[in-house]
Order: sequence, then structure tokens, then C-alpha cells
Amino acid sequence: MKRRSTAKLVSCLAIAAALGVAMVGSPASAATLRMAWSQDATGLDPHKQTAFSSIRLLELIYEPLVRLDANLQIVPAVADSWQFSSNGTELTFKLNPNAKFQNGDPVTSADVKASFERILNEATGAVARANFLSIANIEAVDPHTVVFHLSQPDVPLLTAMTNLNAAIISAREIEKGAISTTPVGSGPFKLEKWDPNSREILVANKAWAGGATGVEGINISVLPDETAILAAMRTGQVDFALLNDPLIATLIPREERLVLNRAPVLAYHVLQLNPSRKPMTELAVRQAISCAIDRKEVLDTASLGEGKVTGPITTPSFAADPNSLFCYKRDVEKAKKLMADAGYAKGFSATVIAATGEPPTAAAEAQVIQSQLAEIGVKLDIKVMELNVYVDTWLKGDFDMAVALNGGSADPYSMYSRYWTKTGNLQKVANYIDDTLDGLMQKGRAETDPAARKVIFSDFEKHLAEMSPWIWLYTSYSYTAQQKSVQGFTATPIGSLFGLSKVTVQQ
Amino acid sequence: MGYVTRRLVTFPLVLIGVSILVFVAIRLVPGDSITAMLGTEAGLLTPQQRVALTAYFGLDQNWLVQYWHWLLGLFRGDLGISVAYGKPVLDVIFDRFPLTLELAFLSMIIALAIGLPAGVFAATHNGRPSDLMVRIFAMVGQSTPSFVVGLLIIYMLSVGFGALPTMGEFSPFWKDPLRNLSQLIFPAITLGLAFAASVTRISRSAMLDVLSDDYVRTARSKGASARSVIWRHALPNALIPVVTLSGMEFGYLLGGAVLVEKIYALPGLGRVVLDAILQRDYALLQGSVLFIAFNFMVVNLLVDLAYSALDPRIRLGER
Repeated sequence: MKRRSTAKLVSCLAIAAALGVAMVGSPASAATLRMAWSQDATGLDPHKQTAFSSIRLLELIYEPLVRLDANLQIVPAVADSWQFSSNGTELTFKLNPNAKFQNGDPVTSADVKASFERILNEATGAVARANFLSIANIEAVDPHTVVFHLSQPDVPLLTAMTNLNAAIISAREIEKGAISTTPVGSGPFKLEKWDPNSREILVANKAWAGGATGVEGINISVLPDETAILAAMRTGQVDFALLNDPLIATLIPREERLVLNRAPVLAYHVLQLNPSRKPMTELAVRQAISCAIDRKEVLDTASLGEGKVTGPITTPSFAADPNSLFCYKRDVEKAKKLMADAGYAKGFSATVIAATGEPPTAAAEAQVIQSQLAEIGVKLDIKVMELNVYVDTWLKGDFDMAVALNGGSADPYSMYSRYWTKTGNLQKVANYIDDTLDGLMQKGRAETDPAARKVIFSDFEKHLAEMSPWIWLYTSYSYTAQQKSVQGFTATPIGSLFGLSKVTVQQ
Repeated sequence: MGYVTRRLVTFPLVLIGVSILVFVAIRLVPGDSITAMLGTEAGLLTPQQRVALTAYFGLDQNWLVQYWHWLLGLFRGDLGISVAYGKPVLDVIFDRFPLTLELAFLSMIIALAIGLPAGVFAATHNGRPSDLMVRIFAMVGQSTPSFVVGLLIIYMLSVGFGALPTMGEFSPFWKDPLRNLSQLIFPAITLGLAFAASVTRISRSAMLDVLSDDYVRTARSKGASARSVIWRHALPNALIPVVTLSGMEFGYLLGGAVLVEKIYALPGLGRVVLDAILQRDYALLQGSVLFIAFNFMVVNLLVDLAYSALDPRIRLGER
């Protein structure tokens, strides 16, 4: 009797298993894009979110005044046109008269004023505030004209305004005080449902001033394991996916039905030295470390060669050829001599911190660096930390060395003023500043002539590489994968998914 | 006082102990809700901005006050609001718990359906090649991590069969039973296989013990059939260690299976706890750990009650 019931149970399980195989993902309607990513957004307030996935979600819902295209050129978003005054202290925007919020209200100069005042208000806790401190006041001239009066010439301001953290929010919604729970943007999609760490449902915003979207909506699933994303793409369950791990991304091209989009990004992998700690206080020691590191080997080993060796500046229009920078060709003999000159011929011991999985290559990078520095007698102890613990330690500047992946910006000033100016908010993390760096940054901020700015930032980059407070390693790619039936996506160096507004899915 | 009542009285004490541990532990770890939200950009905040955000997350009060408020809420059945989900902690837990419970049941069924017969078979074929085979399988099953089994299953399904149960969008059993089973059966197999291996080993050794007992010999000499000796006389007495093991395992499973939930993208309790830690969602973490501890205690109590049901000689609570 018992044996028979066991047999029944086993056959039930077998049927259930067969069902599982038969139940392939139910096909979505032709016009809905099924997307997957491994990390979900962490919040909905565009002025307070900095997590990569939050920005990626919110840039489909909200719009800034202007945005960056795939070539990092500034193009219209809510604003149709813009103009700096000749002395660089006034910035005037003409808004798109067709722009509407998803609640039906038109986007007016009053909303722009309210949004920037919200960012500048310290009670908001908006991180982008630091980029907008030169704004003295905002004048709503007429419903579609807004003028920013600046306390000093600030050319990088316009680039800072392309960031989603400077998104335009409806003044009425700000008053309601529900920004962090109910997103009402002027962008191509509306958020219909959000199940944190599980899924998002976006529907097309028919009133979007940018025209019709290519799909009716986007269903985003959070599949925390990227191997599972790959499997779901293989079986056609997912049309489009965002990938972080180069190990998974490089498997995509082997699949007949899938396409991998790779775009070089502005974010950079770096070994941060702490020049306030001995012996990194010595220029010769920092330079020795720079000479002892084979950046190409770090890239090849930790990241399967998926990327490009970089100097401090990663924006293509400003970046120098890395080979022209100090010690970008590995030179162990020179490194040893520099160590001896500084009185550390026998080397020293130090700790390097890295975050678990952020980026996925962090621990591997630390290991390669460990073995390379061992050749000049530097004994590295690797400390891998949970991301939050790492961030906390990093912000306190409480490390000898840190492996980091830092975000980039199209404008070198916006990218580095936080570290390499005397008043930079992250000076306590960088722990190094000199008059040359600070002077060049201030010059680059005020200069309006593009050619002259290029020269200024080239000098800045050269000096920074030579002073070696950090050892810049490489830039990697942003990866998205899609079925061949998905068309029209353009990847950008900032990793934006705004291109999904024009994507179509063919059946 | 009855045994059960006495056990129930200790519940609140244990739960308060657990809650204090979790409360203190997560606050001792560096990083807070602000760094979890802003990452390294948190370094750009001015002191005033930091004050505003600290108040927003309710981190401006001292620990004792925070804990007291939380405890008062607990007595009213209010575990606080999850910052990450923007809704009451209890709602988040009850959203996720049915999946975890169902997954735990399914994997237990699979484990016992495979493990018990295999263990009995091995014990009755003690020392023969078939016994050795079962033992090798059990050893391999026990030492293969569940994420490896999970990834292999996903790989085989997607590459070999070109099919996968729908991931990322979970259907509850009462809405679509077939779809629900298709989504849970492979995770259940993944978890069940490893546990089946432990059940096999435990039930084999318990059966071997019992089979050498006098009463089994007596039953045989009385002419009872081999089947009746094994299933009616020996097995019930060999079940005690299996029940202990299953109770422990079931308790663990009710706490969510983080790795398997991650691989199969299942929104279960394990991921709630993990995400709550990563996002420093204090209220959610405290609430969910408390809930898990409570379940574990209930399961333990049930296991103890099962002992006396299985073996009338065991009287609970007697000294």
C-alpha cells in the first residue's frame, strides 16, 4: 500500500516536471518589450537616486532639460534650444511647447524653476546639488522661457543638466510631496506598476512630445542571476537585457538568435592610492606603483580584455592617447629604482579594499595588481567587503589602496571637480591636491572656447597621471543583449536606455 | 502546565532575544540607508542634507528610542514600513511567504519521496553493490551545492530543451496552479535533491540499527513477510531521526533559500532578507528575521509533538 502511494507521488512529480518543460514563457503581445536586468531600481525620486539601475528606469519616465546623444553631444529634451550669454553667466532655455507631464499638465518654466529649487534646497538631500551651486537665481521669463543667472561663468553646468538627477518634475507634484512614490514625468513611458526587486511594468506615454514610441510598453523582470538572464534569452522569454558581467556578455554572440550591443563607457576602473598614508605620501612610491602595473594585463586577466586602457580622462573628445602618459608602458626596473630612491628598496605592506561584485571584476583586478606589485616588493593584503561597508570605508578615506569603478561624465570638470579641486566634496577620499590641478580645473570651468578647453584638460590629465595619486586602469563596455527581432536600439557611453523609446519588436 | 503551554511561553522571550540581536547587528555594520541609496555619491552631501536624509530614514533617534518604538509597534501588530518597498513590512512578508512555504513543502515531498525509499533500499541491501551505489549517489548529492545543481538544470533546460519555466513573473498557486507548479518544480527539485541525499543517509543508518533489533528478529521468526517487517515494524521506529532532520530542514527552508531563489528569480523570503541587508532596510530586516524565527520555533514544537506520536514511549515534558 505504502509503496503504491510512493509510486503515485513520483509519477505526479514527473508529470509536474513535464509540465514545467512544456510551459515556455507565455508570449507577450507583439508590441511589448520583455526586458530583464539583474539589479532592480532602488527608488523613484529622480533627484535622490544614484544607483545605475534606478537612473536607467527613471530616464524612461522623466526628462532633463537637455540630454546627451550617443556621441556625447548635447541635444534637446524638455528644452528646444539654449544659449549662454557672452560672459558665460546667463543660461537661457526655450522649452518645447508640446512637452507635457503624464498628468496632462504642460511643462512650463515654473516647473523648471521649482525642480532646480528643489535640488538646491538642502532639505531635499539631492546629490546633484553640488553641480548647481553656481546658480544664483532662476527667472521664469514666460511660460516657455527660463533664465539661469549664475554667480560665476560655469560652462560644465549645461552638461550637468543632462543628468537624470536634474530631471524636471511638475511643480504641482512637488507640492503634493509624493515624488518618491508616484513618478509623474514627461518622458516616453509611464510607470504602471513596480514590485521592488521583482518587476516593473511601463506603458507608452501617448502624449510624449518626442513622438510615438516603438513599443506599447516595457515589462522589466528582475532576474538576479545573469546566467538565468542568458538562459531566458536563449529560450526567447526575454527580448532585451542589461548585462553587467563581461563573462556572461561574451557568451551572447555564440547564440544564433541573439545580438550583443557593446558601447565603451565613461566610467573607469582605477586603483586609488591614499596619498595621505605612508609611504604613498612619497611621489616616487606612487610613481613606482604606476610603473609596476601592467594595465593591459589587468584588463585582459580580470575583464577578458573587454575594454580599453585609459588615462584619467575618458571622454573621447578630451582624452589623450594613454601611451603619451607617465609610465603607461610597464617598467619594473624604473619602478624598483623609484622605490629605492624613496627609501623603500625592500618594499612595504599595504591593504587594498574591493567591493563584492561591484564591479564583478573587482576581486580579480585586486589579485592581478597584488601579483604585479609583489615584483617591486609591495605586499598587498586584499580585503573584499560588502558594497555598503566598502562605500562607508571609501567615503571616510579609510584605506591604503582601493580598487574602484568610478562614474564618468562627458565634461572633465563635472567628472573630477569633486576630487581634484581644493573645495571638492570628495577631497577627503582623493587626499591629494596641488595648485596646478586646482588652477587647471578652475580655468577649464570658465573657458568657453572648446579648443582652449581641450588644451587645458590635456595638461590636467598629463599632470594627474604624473603625480599618480591614483592609477587609472581601463574603461569597460556597457552591455545590452537583444533578440534579433528587436531593432532600433542605440547604446551610449553613459549606458543610457533612453534608446528604448525608439525600439521596435518584430514578430 | 502542559508541555505545549510551557513551550509557548518561551516564544516571546526567544523572539525578543532574536530581535535585539538583529537590531544591534545590522546597526553595527558600517554603512546605512543613506549610503545604500546614494552609494559613493553620498560623499557629495552637505551636513544639512545629511541631517535631512537621516531624519527621513528615522536614523536621527538613538538606538534605544528606535528599538522601543519598534517594540511598541510590534505589540500592536505593526512591524513598521519598509523603505525599499514603500509598504508595511507585514504586507511584504505575507506577499512573499506563500511562495516560500510552497517551495519548502514541495522540496520536502521530493526529498522524502526519494530519500526514504532509497535509504530503506540501501539498508535492506546492506553491503551489496546496490547499497554502495545508493551511498555514492547520496554522498555526491549531499556535497554538490544547490546553486550548481540549479545552474545545471537551467542550462540543460535552456540549451537541451530550449524551454524554461517563466521567470521573473511569479503566479501564485490559487491564480494559475499549472503555471505555478511549472515555476516551482525545478527550484523544488534543486533544493529537494540535496536534502534527499541527507534523508537517504540518515534513514539508511537508522534502518540498519532497527533491523538488528530483537523485535525485528521476532517478527521475522513469527513468519511476517519481508515487506511487512520493513515497512510496518522497522520503518516507523527508524523515522525519529528522519523527523528531526526534516524538521530542521523545513525550518531552514521557511527562512527562504537565498541562492535558489536568486538563480530562479523567485520572489521568496530569502531574497527579501538579502535585499533588506543590502539596502539597509532596517524595518524589513527586523520584521522578516523575526517572522522566520517564529516559524522555526513553531516547526520545532511540531517536531517534538511528532516524536510522541511516532513513539508512544516518548512523553514530552516529563523528567
